[in-house]
Amino acid sequence: MERRNYDEMRAASGEVRPHFGPIAEWLAETPAKRVAEKRREADLLFHRVGITFAVYGDAKGAERLIPFDTIPRILPKAEWDQLARGLTQRVDALNRFLHDIYHGQEILKAGVIPPEQVLKNPGYQKEMRGVELPNRIYSSIAGIDLVRHSDGNYYVLEDNLRTPSGVSYMIENRKMMMRLFPELFERQTVLPVEHYPALLLETLRAAAPPRVRDPVVAVLTPGQYNSAYFEHAFLAQQMGVELVEGADLFVKDNSVYMRTTSGRQRVDVIYRRIDDAYLDPLAFRKDSMLGVPGLFAAYRAGNVSLANAVGTGVADDKSTYPFVPEMIRHYLKEEPLLANVPTWQCRNARDLAHVLENLAELVVKEVQGSGGYGMLVGPAASAAELAAFRKLLKANPANYIAQPTLSLSTCPTFVKRGVAPRHVDLRPYVLSGKEVKLVPGGLTRVALKEGSLVVNSSQGGGTKDTWVVE
Amino acid sequence: MLSRVADRIYWMSRQMERAENMARILGVTSNMVLFGTKETREQNLLAPLTITDSAERYFEDKKPVTLQGLVDFLALDPANPSSIYSCLRSARENGHAVRWQITSEMWESLNTTWIEMRRVRRSDIAGADATKFFDWVKDRSHLFRGVTYGTIMRGEAFNFSRLGTFLERADNTARILDVKYHVHLPSVKDVGGALDHYQWTALLRSVSSFETYRTLYRDQIFPIKVAQLLILERRMPRSLAACFDQVTQAMERIEGHDRAAKRLASELHARLTNADIEEIFRDGLHEYLTECIADMNELGARIQRAYLGTA
Repeated sequence: MERRNYDEMRAASGEVRPHFGPIAEWLAETPAKRVAEKRREADLLFHRVGITFAVYGDAKGAERLIPFDTIPRILPKAEWDQLARGLTQRVDALNRFLHDIYHGQEILKAGVIPPEQVLKNPGYQKEMRGVELPNRIYSSIAGIDLVRHSDGNYYVLEDNLRTPSGVSYMIENRKMMMRLFPELFERQTVLPVEHYPALLLETLRAAAPPRVRDPVVAVLTPGQYNSAYFEHAFLAQQMGVELVEGADLFVKDNSVYMRTTSGRQRVDVIYRRIDDAYLDPLAFRKDSMLGVPGLFAAYRAGNVSLANAVGTGVADDKSTYPFVPEMIRHYLKEEPLLANVPTWQCRNARDLAHVLENLAELVVKEVQGSGGYGMLVGPAASAAELAAFRKLLKANPANYIAQPTLSLSTCPTFVKRGVAPRHVDLRPYVLSGKEVKLVPGGLTRVALKEGSLVVNSSQGGGTKDTWVVE
Repeated sequence: MLSRVADRIYWMSRQMERAENMARILGVTSNMVLFGTKETREQNLLAPLTITDSAERYFEDKKPVTLQGLVDFLALDPANPSSIYSCLRSARENGHAVRWQITSEMWESLNTTWIEMRRVRRSDIAGADATKFFDWVKDRSHLFRGVTYGTIMRGEAFNFSRLGTFLERADNTARILDVKYHVHLPSVKDVGGALDHYQWTALLRSVSSFETYRTLYRDQIFPIKVAQLLILERRMPRSLAACFDQVTQAMERIEGHDRAAKRLASELHARLTNADIEEIFRDGLHEYLTECIADMNELGARIQRAYLGTA
């Protein structure tokens, strides 16, 4: 009953898709030895530059390299343009939704979404009610995870509206490919992604409090032991702004300042890579050592902007996800251009019954989970794992959603024995400032284990350069 | 520049310089114990502990003072924050925290030094091989300073790195000279003797200035000339005067409105410029150096307060 996976390079007939033509030729004519050499070179370079990430729960606290695969994932420009329109539409609707639920709550009054779904959601921040944000943008930086099913269509797997990561790999992967295989870029016109930091800076400056003429931007990191520290430092450096930790900032008279060698310096926009809960020990978790006391009050007073805003978590929660198509219809009066994956909400008794009955065929996820932690892939699970999840589901059904096991598309990938198809997803980054901007492409993650559908780097996934070609 | 970042860069540079100075002190000590009587040998072994202010800590576990004991404590002991091992570790940790504000060459140099330090075994620093290890530490410090000078943008990172390096070096030169003054001078009858010559030569070598002494003075080694060289001779790059040329230059370039630290730095600089070595000797070299060390301490504290955030 299961159809064949969609392969990004080859059609079902076995024929190479036209946009993959030059790469297929190159693969056929390049000796395996040279490719292997280049792969070793890439590993070495990544290690030297220190593009590593820390893995949570790893007792040794080890820094690991995310495996980089040197065969690019390629999209024709027309297909990308279509995706970009869908992404723009979706993020636009999500930002309108966030503004609405913290103001008039029209969507709840209209009965499109049950009020308790929003108001009782742990991601809903009551303190954000009535707070006016510049351009009404809540998620300035969104990462939308897409997968391509066996029917050839893209589906949105999840929206990441809080602190999506991975964009540094998108840029570093391109740099690496151009360094290792410059000849490939002569064969095809690949649209550039290197200007992402410039667009990000423009987006962040657009988020500044309106009266600020020349806004000062800073990136706020939890510090060098955070798994994404490399990315925080990378983006700060690329944008030419300060990388700050909580202790570098202080609040005086409801404004935020950095401690510098030439005294205090005012900060207008903070690109924060810290969760809401840790931002300000006076407003949220009191035990937070990462945050800045008084930051939230300064933010509410409109003296500093945070990107992303506080309280976006309610919109990228997996239990809110099923309502996104309705949001698009409600706010934009348009049909969604990108499809959702059908989703069962286990907090509904009927959905739960269906999920328990078909557990072995479904993917079950925690509503607030991310990073591939705490999920069950039914078809790949053992009887014991299924039984354990059945218990979890019954104990706390509202904590879970379930989806059919999608057959993620495959892309040729270097493995031990040569080149073989491996499953991939795609995370484009959507920047919302005065207008919505995207760089063509995004981060392609690849599940390196044969048959595996879990692409998360924390679970043994790798990455590929993503090409949008003319 | 963020105070936290400046703090890391300043201390990274101080710790690298400190590791080098420790290697110099131990290198000379291991050489000096080959000469002299039992009594001078003991004095010579005590000198590194006096210079680094760590005698009390050393004698906590009632160890006898031996060369191997000193090497264990001052070169290899991870629990001694001034040991070469600890300095290289802290320098690398500080560099890691600001690796995006320093150049990749600087980071790679720090990182490689630390990786190699971790591989050093106690048996590698015994007998003749000890010299090899101390030379290696000096080389790594030279390399790091050179890489820094040759790659980093002339801005606050550079200024704070220079400041850390030369304040540390000045402090160290003052301490070395001070302790040798005690070790060498009490016995008047020794002056001019063969042993004395070796001792003074060793002292000069520990701050790489034996050749400079010969070039400048073409004379026998006299304590007053050694003091002149190490305190006031600005052509000698480890002298107090030369270090303070660099310290004041860095201080002047640092942006910021602080008065207290900048004023003290230029006062110390002026004092070194106008001093007369005969006068210093008349009033007591030890008193003079003690005051210098205290003033440098105070300068360090003021720099910390004004720019780096209270640690």
